[in-house]
Amino acid sequence: MTMNSPGDRSAGILTGKYIGQRVHRKEDPRLLTGHGQFVDDVSVPGQLHVAFTRSPVARANIISISSDYARDVPGVHAIYTQQDLAEFDVTMLAFFLSPPDVKTTPLADGRVAYVGEPVVMVIADSRAIAEDAASLVEVEYAEETPLVTIDDARHGAPVHPGTEDNISAQMGEEEIDEDLEALLQAAPLRLTHKVVHQRISQSPMETRGILADPEGPKELTLYITCQSPHAVERWTSLALGKPDMAIRVIAKDVGGAFGLKNHPWKEEVAVILAALKFRRPLKWIEDRYENLIGANQAREQEMTLQIGLDNDGKLLASHGDYSCNNGAFPQLSECNIAVHMFMWAAYKMPAYGFLTRGWYTNTVGYAAYRGPWAMESLARETALDVAARRLGIDPIDIRRNNLVTLSEQPAMSCMQIPLEDVTPAECLEKLLGYFDVSAFRREQAEAREQGRYLGLGFATYIEPTGAAGAMPIMTGELAQVRIEPTGKVTATMSTHSQGHGTQTTMAQIFADRLGVAYEDVSVFEGDSSRGGFSPGAAGSRQGVIAGGAAILAADKLAEKVRTLAAHLLQAEAAAIVIDDGRISVAGHPDKSISLAELANIAYGEPDRLPPGMESGLEAQHRYQPPPMTFASAANACVVEVDRDTGFVKILRWISSEDCGTPLNPAVVEGQVSGGLAQAIGMVLLEEVGFDERGNPTAATYKDYMMPAISDIPTFEFVHANTPSQSVGGMRGVGEGGAIIGAPTLVNAIADALAPFGEVEVNLPLTPAKLLSVMEGRDLTPPKVAAPVAVAPVTPAAVAEPAPAADAEAAGPVVIDGDWKMILSTPMGPQEMQGHFETSGDNLSGYLSSPEGQMEFTGSVVNGNNLVFDLKVTKPMKITLKYNLLIDGDKITGKCKMGIFGSAKLTGERL
Amino acid sequence: MSNHKIELTINGRQYSGDVEARTSLADFLRDDSGFTGVHLGCEHGVCGACTVTVDGRAVRSCLMLAVQANGATVVTAEGLAAEDGTLHPVQQVLMEEHALQCGFCTPGVVMTLASLTGEGKQCSKEQLEGAMSGHICRCTGYQGIRRSAARLAYNAMGDEA
Repeated sequence: MTMNSPGDRSAGILTGKYIGQRVHRKEDPRLLTGHGQFVDDVSVPGQLHVAFTRSPVARANIISISSDYARDVPGVHAIYTQQDLAEFDVTMLAFFLSPPDVKTTPLADGRVAYVGEPVVMVIADSRAIAEDAASLVEVEYAEETPLVTIDDARHGAPVHPGTEDNISAQMGEEEIDEDLEALLQAAPLRLTHKVVHQRISQSPMETRGILADPEGPKELTLYITCQSPHAVERWTSLALGKPDMAIRVIAKDVGGAFGLKNHPWKEEVAVILAALKFRRPLKWIEDRYENLIGANQAREQEMTLQIGLDNDGKLLASHGDYSCNNGAFPQLSECNIAVHMFMWAAYKMPAYGFLTRGWYTNTVGYAAYRGPWAMESLARETALDVAARRLGIDPIDIRRNNLVTLSEQPAMSCMQIPLEDVTPAECLEKLLGYFDVSAFRREQAEAREQGRYLGLGFATYIEPTGAAGAMPIMTGELAQVRIEPTGKVTATMSTHSQGHGTQTTMAQIFADRLGVAYEDVSVFEGDSSRGGFSPGAAGSRQGVIAGGAAILAADKLAEKVRTLAAHLLQAEAAAIVIDDGRISVAGHPDKSISLAELANIAYGEPDRLPPGMESGLEAQHRYQPPPMTFASAANACVVEVDRDTGFVKILRWISSEDCGTPLNPAVVEGQVSGGLAQAIGMVLLEEVGFDERGNPTAATYKDYMMPAISDIPTFEFVHANTPSQSVGGMRGVGEGGAIIGAPTLVNAIADALAPFGEVEVNLPLTPAKLLSVMEGRDLTPPKVAAPVAVAPVTPAAVAEPAPAADAEAAGPVVIDGDWKMILSTPMGPQEMQGHFETSGDNLSGYLSSPEGQMEFTGSVVNGNNLVFDLKVTKPMKITLKYNLLIDGDKITGKCKMGIFGSAKLTGERL
Repeated sequence: MSNHKIELTINGRQYSGDVEARTSLADFLRDDSGFTGVHLGCEHGVCGACTVTVDGRAVRSCLMLAVQANGATVVTAEGLAAEDGTLHPVQQVLMEEHALQCGFCTPGVVMTLASLTGEGKQCSKEQLEGAMSGHICRCTGYQGIRRSAARLAYNAMGDEA
């Protein structure tokens, strides 16, 4: 079999009998038949179950905890508070393994800082009994006013006592640098673009869970749903500070993670400590309600991006001001410098400055989610489209004019990111070869004439993948492989699949490089006691780094096979051919030996080996790749926004991505598709919300809207395979879809609604928000249940009535009398009757509704313009300011309702 | 809490149990009977991962009590493949179409499709895809599930045979 040389880019992408093919996954037979082993499927003798009593308030001091009733429930073994766990003095490390910036404990320590914070844990015979008892624990709270939003955090009293403010992390300059400001001011177009990203629940279908099994005082085995058993072992060892304890972490199958399961957090750590204290195996399986309120969440970011452009759309300068709601106990105090590092990395941007901050609030803490820095692509790509519309430039051209092309590399970005082989511009051209833009524009124009609103959105981006060495926690990978005496191949890897299919892709590599059948290769992973150290699934790294390690380990082993076979068959090593488990000598069909026969000799008959050769057929290699490998992509999608309902239908979606060597195109497309579906959820559906007291408003999947098959189109793929500089030429593909999907879809929606004006990028873009754009008024449901008569309406959305200049010329205006009027509020139309009497310029009268009658006096009439105030005291003291115009028998205008904004009024004479 | 004796057939074998009235069928199948392929994704009837068939019809076992299954015939994802390990046609098609990644939602997907396809069943592509809207998959973006639904529909089975 011929094989490309790994790492030789001139050879093109790596291919083989299995590499690059859509082979069936090794994982599927067990998963399809219900024989996967997820954490709740594991039981050990003597295990007990844990449930938590969680805080029902977002911010309070704990006055007292009483567990008398709970303790009386039959089957309850123990009830612990933080006081009981304090002896362990555990350090709740951040993602980067640094101690947390604020005191973080497994259970609440005298104070709660978010709704859902675990306060008390119950250990019982069954999960049901533990939950029964947890609900009987009585906790008395002294409640305080919580800070829920980033804006609350800016002005409110510190979430964590003893801190100066709520800034959890900050980088960049408070004021825009003078030189940058000068560049922005001199720009013919200075665009200020604000993007608000809602909070997201990672929502792996398998919730969090752990089975902690203390095996005596010196050994601990953890079964935990996670992203890397090795990384969890490392984190737990450091957090516990017990170097003499042997910790083993096992996770065979994991039902999705997406950044949530990088390392244990409050509940898992509480279970570990309680198991050590109670000396019994303890299991905790999170339910979905707990997952939606108590598991750390992601996103909730704001970005104000300023861009200076010339009249041809050439980028001149930019500034980004970013904030992220970190909640109370983030897994990393996140001000996400990567957002700024990669903001313009693929674009010819001369100057960029930023301010980046994370904020503590009384909400559940921050954790990673697929493409944690994705805000850069959302902000940049949507801003570019706004700029293109302002300047009258095609959105394709604004990208063509500014992207760094392959022929312009090597190049250095404005934030000093070296670019050698990024291909977003090439991905875009490849995409355009597949999609007829001018035909679409004709279709769009015809549709608009029929009152249908089609839109086309593009986005381009690059993504750092396969990082190793740039951050201490991101390392290389070890591959261990052996040819068994049976002739079968067994590999032990530190990769970890939460759906990634690494048992499959690694087996494809071993089969090709060793010349054996795919069916004869078994790959084992998911156990921290096996293989080498690896951070597992994080940062789109496994295909790139473990793939390289597998190639190099297999090649080492194949070399040994060739050397041994040449010795035994009395041939030149170069003439040895290994194919389908059979070894032969080129040109000598009579000289042949099976791999099993060779392996038996290698292990069992050391006398027959060449002098100095180690017995056995085993090899390992630890691969250290380049510090960073970039993936690139361009995406396009076509939508139709329904004029009457505001619903978005996605008609087409094309992904043109460059992942270098695709080890298995079906796996690559699966990764991209999953990310794109999550992006569609972000743009249209999903939202973790809170009320003003910090109560989560989406605590079930009825309220937290996960994308279903009916929400997701069929994705079309254009593969642009530019080999990377890592061995095998792979580029990471795990996160890209979730990054590029959101701006692609937002841009398509904005393009569809361009005739109505700009669409504010405030995710999710619900039908109500899109209807608001099309109707020119705010139809967004109110966040807070407001008093019925004073429902919030954005003042800007209501046109200021102007007195008709020609009103007198048109004839005398008749105001006096009774009018039937409707005030349009998002709570529904409010009917009322108005009675007006004029005397010269003075106006008096009353408004009546089922709630009662309110009189007004001392008001002014100016031609056909009525201006009067009504002071109401129910449900709160507020002055309603009416400004109305009369035109014949019609009356229109608005009512300003103080902090609640304005509502539109229409009516007619009775 | 009252306890109840139940007898039922699971994957072709007889099982009996002594269950609390509040025990869900899902918990009984997982914890008492050992069929851990029944996955609990939400426990409030939205995600579909716990779907099994009860007397041939797809049911969310998190929303049904074990006592309600007394006397019933239950099939889980463990009970579909042939004794020699040959995958059920639904399982085979899902594998060929790369319709799963983490595999947590998969047993439910398998059971719904199995209840709607096969001998004597007449579901169109649209009907099967519609049924799939009751299953949440966070990994795949539903691409392979959609292709599988198309292949398993009655109007496509001619090509399959």
